[in-house]
Amino acid sequence: MDLVLVNLIDGLVFGLLLFMLSSGLTLIFSMMGVLNFAHASFYMLGAYFGYQISTVLGLGFIGGLIVAPVIVGVAGAAIERYGLRRVHQYGHVPELIFTFGLALLIQEMVKLFWGQNQIPYFEPSYLDFALFSVGDNAIKAYKVFMIFISLLIFGGLLYVLTKTRIGMIIQAALSYPQTVEALGHNVPFVFMGVFGVGSALAGIAGVIAGPALGTFPGMAFTLGSIVFVTIVVGGLGSLWGALVASLLIGWMTTFAASYNIEMSSILQGIGFIKPEDLSESAFQDLWTLTLPQIGPILPYLLMVLILVFRPQGLLGKRES
Amino acid sequence: MTVAPTNTRKYGTITFGTLAPWIVCAVLLLTLPLIFGDRGEITIMSQMAIMIVFALAYNMLLGQGGMLSFGHAVYVGMGSFLCLHVMNSASFSSIPVPVLPLLGGLFGLGIAMIIGSFSTRSAGTVFAMITLGIGELMAACVLIIVVFFGGEEGISSDRTEGMPFFGVEFFTHIEAFYVIAFWLLVSSVLMYLFSRTPVGRMANAVRDNPERAQFLGYSARWVRYVSFSASGFFCGIAGGLSAILFEIATESDLNVGASGIILLIVFLGGVGVFWGPALGAIIFILLQTVLGLQTHLWELYVGVIFVCMVMFFPGGIAGLIVAHGVAMSLGKLNLLIRPYLTCVLPGIMGALGLCGLVEMIFHLREAATGEYEMTLFWTDLNTHNFWPWLIFGGIALGGALIARNQTPVLKEAWAEANTIEITSVGEPT
Repeated sequence: MDLVLVNLIDGLVFGLLLFMLSSGLTLIFSMMGVLNFAHASFYMLGAYFGYQISTVLGLGFIGGLIVAPVIVGVAGAAIERYGLRRVHQYGHVPELIFTFGLALLIQEMVKLFWGQNQIPYFEPSYLDFALFSVGDNAIKAYKVFMIFISLLIFGGLLYVLTKTRIGMIIQAALSYPQTVEALGHNVPFVFMGVFGVGSALAGIAGVIAGPALGTFPGMAFTLGSIVFVTIVVGGLGSLWGALVASLLIGWMTTFAASYNIEMSSILQGIGFIKPEDLSESAFQDLWTLTLPQIGPILPYLLMVLILVFRPQGLLGKRES
Repeated sequence: MTVAPTNTRKYGTITFGTLAPWIVCAVLLLTLPLIFGDRGEITIMSQMAIMIVFALAYNMLLGQGGMLSFGHAVYVGMGSFLCLHVMNSASFSSIPVPVLPLLGGLFGLGIAMIIGSFSTRSAGTVFAMITLGIGELMAACVLIIVVFFGGEEGISSDRTEGMPFFGVEFFTHIEAFYVIAFWLLVSSVLMYLFSRTPVGRMANAVRDNPERAQFLGYSARWVRYVSFSASGFFCGIAGGLSAILFEIATESDLNVGASGIILLIVFLGGVGVFWGPALGAIIFILLQTVLGLQTHLWELYVGVIFVCMVMFFPGGIAGLIVAHGVAMSLGKLNLLIRPYLTCVLPGIMGALGLCGLVEMIFHLREAATGEYEMTLFWTDLNTHNFWPWLIFGGIALGGALIARNQTPVLKEAWAEANTIEITSVGEPT
């Protein structure tokens, strides 16, 4: 039972982290109709800037948490203004390719400035203690801090989008850009702002996830594809869908990684007889398969199934 | 009212003019190993040939069908793995090596037909996401299914154990090169002909306007499915060729990274022209081998070139070359020489200056402590000195400023070179 609770907490941490990325990405998607491949790169930039500001410049972790997302957000807005808007005229496929190239480029830049290896970016010492324990498993204060920050951001985002005038304009601009423009709002500026804020959210995720998951040049691509899976599973453009899918995938991968269910016991349970010499059997891989082994690919499997059987995603409204 | 026949030649007639490029290619492929006979050079050329087959096959989707795939290396890898299993089996002694790519192609076709049956239902983002998912799944499966994929170390084999082909047993690289060159020629001709068939033309129509194609009675999904399967077949051939050349296949041959590289190559070369991807493959392999020897940062430079290409010249290098066709047919190409010299040359100088700065930053971070000397553009310099930074910074800034200053001149010359002179008839002189 303790293990279930610990996994629930770990899955919640990972799921909320995914949500911080997927919420921005899904907003950007509903705005421009293009998936931003470089979104996870902003997450990586957030982690690296957070490291640079907190450790090297000596502003402390909180300083990094405040300044790094701002820089990332401004960078994101600049990329939208001077890059994406230019490529937009060529169509959707070049846009997708542009963001893909950007992701490659940011990865190479990070390698240029910070090197190939993982950098020593750790959680601040004042959060590095066991807050409480479940059975024998200590829960770190930093994990609780991550949950707290994520929930705060989710609440803030929800409030801004649904209760404020800016949120109304954004929501209206998503569905009827021409009408909103005719009412006198600067829609391209709104889009740029949403892109910047989305990037900044990814930046915050990077600052707080960098110490927990490791800060290295491959971190964008490792998490990036999972983020796509999340927003596709949740339904492209749906904020609630992104939340549901993030938590689902967070818990799915965490539980799969910690329960060592072996395929052989399932197969024997159904009545198959385990061959004496596995190395001779053509199905040896099926017999030795375990749940932690296939855990990392479960999200992709889920995405392919969702795309085949429910292309609009779990909570999505439109087809593509 | 009668309409004068504008083109009396039947569409699709084979003339010397249409055959000439292929003959030139064949002659080139035959003679290149005689010029570049070095073992390493032949390997590079073989690699290029394989990449060309892959790139052309990928462009059947991206350029001709408008489908962006992030998991296309899967079909290459599958063809490769199958061929290696055939090479390891007992029946290899009765199969000549040149037939192997066909087996790989058929396997790629089979896999593409299965995956395409659900992935080609829609184009655009959904298609791209499904291919990404399949790519990740397959890459993970390689590490899990050890029987077929061999786990981390992959599957390796020996091509010389096949049935001798007219006495040739493929001990040397040059013999393997000729097999690869043969398949390159055959598959490029076939892919070219495919793009000229009605279904190839419909792929273009579905790319540009799927609704309209469907109103005309064509199933967009079916057209996409046919393109996808055909592309899988040629990818499988490329996989078979890589099995012959490298005699090994691992996870890195079919993961998402490999699929990303082919997207880069095809877009760099140019998606709009049939031979564009081939050009891209040649340039990319050259960059990888030549630039890769010179600097650790070649991937960064390739990334910068790629992003600039997407932003400013979405037609790729081939598109740039083709764009000069109008000026050439008007006989005004010489108008462009001067602006090119005054604008593009400083631009390149500026870019090289920037490269110098980047290389010095890299050296500052990577070099052992106390090691200040580095060689850059055949000059020795000290990175802890003020002067190299100033000189390279000056070149970068100056080049950029001149290029920027000259851009209007270039634009004007370009417009001028592409304008047809209207000579008025009967005007008093």
